[in-house]
Parts: sequence; C-alpha cells; structure tokens
Amino acid sequence: MERGGCCTPLCSPALTFIVVVPYRSFIHLSVQIHKRHQEIHSLISLYGGTFSKVQDTHENSPFCVLNIPSEELSRKIMKRTVCAKSLFELWGHGKNLAELQQSVQSYPLERMAPYLQPNSTYKISIHSFNKTLTQKEKLVKIDAMEFIPFKGRVSLQNAEHIFYLLEDYGPDPNTAPDLPLHIYFGRWIADGQRELINSYSVKKRHFIGNTSMDAGLSFIMANHARVKPNDLVFDPFVGTGGLLLPCAHFGAYVCGTEIDYNTAHGRGKASRMNQKWRGPDENIRANLRQYGLEKYYIDILVSDASKPIWRKGPLFDAIITDPPYGIRESTRKTGTQKEIIKTEQYPESHVPVQLNYHLSDIFLDLLNFAAEFLVVGGRLVYWLPVYRPEYTEEAVPRHPCLKLISNCEQMLSSHTSRRLITMEKVKEFEKQDQHAHLMDEQYLPYQGHNSFREKYFSGLTKRIAREEKARTGENSAGCRSTQHKATKP
Amino acid sequence: MKLLTHNMLRSHVTGVTRGFPLIIRADEVKVNSVDFNREFVSRMIPKLEWEALVETAESLGHGSGLPRELLSGYENDEEFLKKVHHVLLEVEIIEGALKCPESGTEFPITRGIPNMLINEEES
Ligand SMILES: C[S@@+](CC[C@H](N)C(=O)[O-])C[C@H]1O[C@@H](n2cnc3c(N)ncnc32)[C@H](O)[C@@H]1O
Repeated sequence: MERGGCCTPLCSPALTFIVVVPYRSFIHLSVQIHKRHQEIHSLISLYGGTFSKVQDTHENSPFCVLNIPSEELSRKIMKRTVCAKSLFELWGHGKNLAELQQSVQSYPLERMAPYLQPNSTYKISIHSFNKTLTQKEKLVKIDAMEFIPFKGRVSLQNAEHIFYLLEDYGPDPNTAPDLPLHIYFGRWIADGQRELINSYSVKKRHFIGNTSMDAGLSFIMANHARVKPNDLVFDPFVGTGGLLLPCAHFGAYVCGTEIDYNTAHGRGKASRMNQKWRGPDENIRANLRQYGLEKYYIDILVSDASKPIWRKGPLFDAIITDPPYGIRESTRKTGTQKEIIKTEQYPESHVPVQLNYHLSDIFLDLLNFAAEFLVVGGRLVYWLPVYRPEYTEEAVPRHPCLKLISNCEQMLSSHTSRRLITMEKVKEFEKQDQHAHLMDEQYLPYQGHNSFREKYFSGLTKRIAREEKARTGENSAGCRSTQHKATKP
Repeated sequence: MKLLTHNMLRSHVTGVTRGFPLIIRADEVKVNSVDFNREFVSRMIPKLEWEALVETAESLGHGSGLPRELLSGYENDEEFLKKVHHVLLEVEIIEGALKCPESGTEFPITRGIPNMLINEEES
C-alpha cells in the first residue's frame, strides 16, 4: 500500500488525500462528464502542484485517492471545485476491517497525534456509497474504529476534528454486496463548492437566453481554464455571459463579443416563459451586479468573432466559450427577416446579420485566435459538437501553439455529443504558425482533402440539427451560427 | 466602453495597416466608481499601449496628469496606479463613436456598447 510517495516522515512528503467526486455529480443537469477528475487536475496545477493518482478504484467509484503536496493546497482546491464533494486526509484503507486497521496503524503517528489530543473534541461519521445502512449497523462500524487511540471527547454537534469512514459498495446499488468492496478512513478537511451551482442557477439570473450555459458546467469550464484573480478573460461568443459569471466569481475581469445586437444590449424578446420583452436590467452587466461582481465587468462589444478587432498581442489570460453550433441555422431563416424589422426599433444597429459562418471555420478561427491572443500558459476552453459514429480523437482541431490538456464528453443524444476541450498555449505565437492547421490536416483521416472541414462539419451539422429537432423539438439547446456579411438593409 | 477596452481595440476595415488607436467621439461620458485593485492595474500596464492611453484620456479631459512616458518602478507607486485605475476602468464612453484613423469608418457606441460590425458594401 503506497502512501505519500515518500518513506521517511522527516522530508515532508506529499500527503495522501481522498476526494469524493460523485459519479453522477451532475445528474440534475443531465450530464455525465467522464473525466471527472480533470477539474481537480487543473486546480492542482493552478496552485503549482502535480496531479498524481495513487489508486485506481473501479470506473464508477466516487472515490479518488491522490497525492496533493500540502493540506493548504488541498483547501485551495476545495474552494474552487464544483465536482468534488468532500476531501479527507486518508489515514488508511483496505478491502476489509482487518486491512483497514493495519493500514491506519502504519500511518505516521505524528500526523495523527495533533487530532487525537486529550483536550480536543471529535466525531466519526460514516458514508456508505450505494448502500443504506441502519443506525445500528453504522454504530457498530464506528465503534470498530476505536482501535485508533482517540484521547479527546466525542461531540456530535461541534467537533473540532471530524473523521469519516467511507464505504464503497461497488457501481450498482441494486447488486450491492453485503460487505463493502473497499473501506477508507480519513480526517475531513473541506467540502467543495457545489452550492455555487445552486446560487448561480440560470433560473435565478436576471438576464438569460435559450443557450445560456448552466452554472455547473460554467464553473467547471472556469476551473479547467485555471481562471484566477486579476486575470482578463474573454468570451468571443458571449451570448448572455453565462461563462463570464464564474470567472468573475473567481476574481477575474471579463469581456466578450456578441454578434447579435439585441443580445449584446439585452433587448428584444425575452427568453422567459411568462414575459414578452426584456426589461432594462437584463444584460450581462446587470447579471454581474446581481452577484456583487460588477467591478469585474470590462466590456461587451457587438462584433463578429471572426473579425480582427483586437490589437495584436497576448491580451487575454483565458478564453472560455461555447461557440454556436449552427444547429438552428435552417430553422432560423425567417428569423433573419424578423431581426431586420426589430432593428428598426434601434436604428443604430443598421447592419443586418446573415447566417453563414461555417462551423469548421468557427473552430479553426477560435484556435488561431487563442494562439495569438492568449498569454503563454493561458488556456482555451470550449465545446466542440461531435457526431459520435464518426468521431476520432484526430478530429479535434489542433494548433502548434496549443497543447491539448483534456477532452471530456457530454452526451446529447445517442449519436451526438459535445466535447469540452481544454488547451493551453505552450509557445509564443509566430506568423508562420497561422497556417499550421493545413499542415496538420495531412495527418488527419481526410488526408489530401482541403475540404476536410466542410466534409466533417457540414454533414455533422445537418445531422445534429435533424437529431436535435427530433429530440427536443423547437426547444433545442443549440444556437445559430452567424457571420456578418455585406448586405444592405 | 472603458478606456482599457479602447486601448485593446483596432480598426478591422479592410486595407488598414495599423488601425490603432481608434479616434473617440464622445457625446456622453460617465465616470463610474470601481473598486481599486492594484494587482490588476499593475498586471495590465505592460499590456497597454501607454502613449495611446494617455493621449486618449487627455483628449477626453480625463488625463489625470499621467506622464507621457511610463516610468519604471510604478508597481510601488500607489498614487500612480490609482490614476491608471481611474483612466482604465472608471471613465466610460456611453454615447458616441469610434473612428478608424485610416479610413474614417465609424463604429457607433450606444448605451456604453460599441458596435464593431461593418457594413462591407459601405466601406
Ligand atoms: C451558444 S451561444 C453562447 C451562450 C452563452 N455561453 C450564454 O451563456 O449565454 C453562442 C452565441 O454566439 C453568438 N454568435 C454567433 N455567431 C457569432 C459571431 N460570428 N461572432 C460573435 N458571436 C456570434 C450567438 O448569437 C449566440 O449568442
């Protein structure tokens, strides 16, 4: 049983922790992100540590045992994570009580001693995953832990030190065995930030749209992007600014561009069921204000993300975005007409918008943009729609300045999903890098075809559109892909 | 639009060489107070086009006595950082326009939000 990655207690090795990341963390969001640990991974690296998993539990296990350089760092991580529920310093574990006992007894006493003092108060709680225990069963299991030399007094209300016995009954509650597959014992350190999902819920915001990103995923994106205080974060497809909220919550200054004049201004039709037009307080700035974060508002601009409106240079610390999928392209054709009529209400937006930004170009433009405008070490986090039967890892756009950090899937339907892509800028942008995609394409399955992007994405778009429509009718989660084109009103 | 944003924007009219800085026509300017954060201001300063910032602020009558040239050691000059903070984050153009210095194309600013879309047939 490896622990701490170090043999002598004198050289302050990394501590071993156990993090509870519920498999169905986001069941209420109908999301399963496979690489649930990616968020913790990003956060550890944000604070200067490296992620090292000590033990591989079964695939659906809510437990993740890992080394974290210090308790201080582990607390910082828990101040950010929305995936992980709780974190414990692992004192021992095993397949049965005897193994657990042996394991705890070999844990360095000087690490345990501060929490076993005579003048302290403590309590032991139990969590059994995928099994409900009776109160009596719980007490028996807790009593069995008395082999640990606790000298303090038990206090159920205000214990200074809280210990947990964690039991894993396997992946399926219906076939849970009588005895747990694995048990862990540890000192509770901190809980994660799952309540943010509730306090930032889309339902509670003034300004929303039908593609507003939900709070849980937005926080995960900000964590993947390693957004930190005093960063400048940019969302090129900002919509109602759902992705900017968690960034500002973490102390970053935020800005964005949005091609739709009415969305950028928070004007026009409301997205709420019982409301026709948006009120004066429905805009991104007011959303930030609602959470006491207005000081982090830089600006929202009406602009086409594919146009070079920024002065060249590494301006942004992170780019985090949910690009339009083009799913509703065809269904919105009449929408264009309506929009032109609407704009007459606001004559200053005299530029009509056309709907023909190729999906493929959106992603290649996005990568090129990130390569040029991110600081080195800065991250790009975005969603890539995928037609699953044809998906291969090589289909994820690449750029020589950007390193792929993670790629997590969220299912949308049986054949479609979207992938949360995290990339990090690893080298300075130079002019010749701009063409690097075309070079890279030679390695892709569609070798030799310059039309790789069209082939891959346009078919995909149509299929996703059909499926989405069939699945959710008019309330599809997609959104338009638009690019401003030269046309007179 | 804050002057920080202005300092990062350029004209994207086809054919312009630099397109920076955009000329501000300010019909309505508002000063909002924003919490001072020395760390953020110090981090932004190296990213700025300093001269353009000072000139723009002066042209709006909000120069705040900022020096034409950036002096070293500013990280420890609280008073200076506060002035930069004021210029970057507190002065906002509510109504007006941004004008391309080369082509003269105007980008309107309405309710504090610039519109960078171009009607390509016009230009
Ligand atoms: C998926 S939505 C983003 C939603 C956003 N994350 C939120 O929480 O509201 C994509 C947005 O991109 C906008 N958009 C589409 N094409 C664009 C373009 N070429 N440039 C800028 N924005 C564009 C759409 O109007 C839409 O608001």
